Amino acid sequence: MLRNLSFRYKIPLRATILVLVTATIVTASLMFRTYDDLRQDLLISSESMGRVLAKTLVPALLHDDVWQAFEIINSPYAPALHEDAIQAEIIMVLDTAGRVFVSTRPRQYPVLKEIAEVGPEQAFLLHAVSQHTRPTSAVIEPPRSDHLYMITPLISDDVPLGTLVMGYSRSLFMPRFLNIAKRAAFITLLSLAVLLPMSWYWGHHMAKPLVKLADCMGRIGATIPQHLTCELYESKDEIGQVGASFKRMLLELKEKESLEKQMVISDRLAAIGRLTAGIAHEINNPLGGMLNAINTFKCHGTLDPRTVKTLSLLERGLLQIRDTVGALLVEAKPGSQRLSPQDIEDVRTLVASDIGKKSIRLVWDNALSEPVDLPSTPVRQTLINLVLNAVQATQEKGHVRCHVSSAERHLHIEVENDGKHIPPEQMKHLFEPFSPLSEAGHGLGLWVSYQIIQQLNGEFHVESVPGHTCFTITLPIGELAS
Amino acid sequence: MKRPRHLALAMILFAWLAPAMALAQSGPTALEPVRIGLTPVFLDDLTASLERWRSYLEQRLQRPVVFTQRANYRAIIDLLLEKKLDFAWICGYPYTRYASWLQLLAVPVYQDQPLYRSYLIVPAADTRTQSLAELRGKVFAYADPDSNSGYLVTQYRLLQMGADPQRFFRKAFFTWAHRKVVEAVAAGLADGGAVDGYVWDTLAKLHPELTAQTRIVETSPTYGFPPFVARTGVAQSAVAALRSVLLGMHADPEGRLLLERLNLDGFIAGEPALFGEIAQMKTYVMGKTRVTQP
Repeated sequence: MLRNLSFRYKIPLRATILVLVTATIVTASLMFRTYDDLRQDLLISSESMGRVLAKTLVPALLHDDVWQAFEIINSPYAPALHEDAIQAEIIMVLDTAGRVFVSTRPRQYPVLKEIAEVGPEQAFLLHAVSQHTRPTSAVIEPPRSDHLYMITPLISDDVPLGTLVMGYSRSLFMPRFLNIAKRAAFITLLSLAVLLPMSWYWGHHMAKPLVKLADCMGRIGATIPQHLTCELYESKDEIGQVGASFKRMLLELKEKESLEKQMVISDRLAAIGRLTAGIAHEINNPLGGMLNAINTFKCHGTLDPRTVKTLSLLERGLLQIRDTVGALLVEAKPGSQRLSPQDIEDVRTLVASDIGKKSIRLVWDNALSEPVDLPSTPVRQTLINLVLNAVQATQEKGHVRCHVSSAERHLHIEVENDGKHIPPEQMKHLFEPFSPLSEAGHGLGLWVSYQIIQQLNGEFHVESVPGHTCFTITLPIGELAS
Repeated sequence: MKRPRHLALAMILFAWLAPAMALAQSGPTALEPVRIGLTPVFLDDLTASLERWRSYLEQRLQRPVVFTQRANYRAIIDLLLEKKLDFAWICGYPYTRYASWLQLLAVPVYQDQPLYRSYLIVPAADTRTQSLAELRGKVFAYADPDSNSGYLVTQYRLLQMGADPQRFFRKAFFTWAHRKVVEAVAAGLADGGAVDGYVWDTLAKLHPELTAQTRIVETSPTYGFPPFVARTGVAQSAVAALRSVLLGMHADPEGRLLLERLNLDGFIAGEPALFGEIAQMKTYVMGKTRVTQP
């Protein structure tokens, strides 16, 4: 489940866990240290107290003065000590036979009680006391006991008189320990209060570009949707690099897709071209024969008026077929003249009357300064086609712009208008013959133009969005020679 | 537990300094001070009351008065016998022992009689013990070896029972004060204790929470109350002066207030015969135990 969680939550969650783990470890180590310190403190203070008590207890023991010993061992119990102060739970003096000489808890440890009889813990203690022969203090920790004992031998002139035993409850540490634990917990919470929002913020910040990228990628299916915009995080870090690569990939995908589309279109157009050319040739041969036959028939002999009428009807029909076939059979005739700037200006003159009828504002930008190596007739024909199409598409008082220039051994022709745009679904069939787009004429204008440009090894581009349609032609200069 | 020690130290210091101070003073009070030894036959840690009593005596006697306190009876008796003290408030037991060196000065009156009792106490938690005999093999607290109520009475009773006082108890120890016997029994350090009845009663008034932790098992017959004594050789005029002041205490308000604080009714001159029973017990105990006493 955590695996499928968004980075938006995963990163802050992990940061939170990290912060918690760190805080816990630091607190635990501090607590451990504190516990150790407390224990050390206790042992040091207990040892020094033991030394003092032992010294004063020796005379009482020598004189067998139980009461004085009782007063001495009770002296560390000041009534108004700080509640946190670590006090011995019990202090007692054992004689050399292991009996209680005196204790601060006479009811529990009565005078002369065999200490070993009290319990296994005390038996262990007595054993430890009997094993302890050095004149220094020692710490006894009976197993499975919540007490620890500091024992100090009572010695007078090298003669052992007994042992001072100070018992401490381990739970004595608890109030101080808890106090420290509480403080540590408070500081941990405080730092969490600061660190958690920070880690959440950073986590979100880190996750944002990833989330955006994932979101953007998710929107790409089998095809790249039109107008796909991805606001991606820009930086030199890994995510930024991924974003940049993704953008580049997206762009290339788009290009590839449009290229494929174009190829499909141009392939289709080429196929249509070949088909129409083939048909046209096949038609033209019998057609020529038929027209010759009619011609011959008309020249020889006299014909009755009905036959003349029928022949003329046949001849007109056949001529119309030849015209149509001729139109389909486009051929950029080589050997025509080089294209000169005047040719372009001629086109302007030719379309002037159509422009005038619709009061269109024409911008004619002829940047051609000298003749170029391109056949003038097909180029002129194409230009006329495009300009007339533009004029046709433009509303009354609309704008048409024509730009012709040459650079880097290419001729560029751009014809723009601000009329009705071409819907995307019609764009695919734009250059096909008998275009349904054509409102007047055969719908062969663009087909012819396309064929011409194809034959001149040029490229044809169309862009059309509402309010702006632009036809662009790029022709390599030097085609005249081929 | 430390307070009494400090007080004792202060009193000792005071006892040393007071004569010097008195000597340094000029005028009618620059006389030889009256030295009175005090033993823990009463609650000798009521320092404020003691100081008031001292100045009361000083005022009545027209002489400086010095109270001397020691940790046990023996020290005071020694000082008395060494003539370092003129008067002392001691127990009936040492009085009978040193009767030839001592002169009876006055006997306090307690509950309208110059008499008191010894109490046998056990911890309040012990609800079964009904007699001294049941404390056999237990831990016992005596007040002072020179005390009648806190030692002699119990020794006498044990001997009468045919027991050996040295072995009857598993362990016996001295606390050197009646009050501390009560404390030792209350704490459970001792399974039983012999205490001055007057001290126990006074403690019951001042510190009922302490006496409540103990239970009286037996009360002894009455004995002569611990008397004020003068050592022989002290000027009779001085003896008479102090005696008259003590006997007259109940007659004036200040004196009555002090007596009230001491939980006493007054003083009478008293008769040595008052201590006959104690002397008898002493003889009996000494005969039985053959302990040579100084």
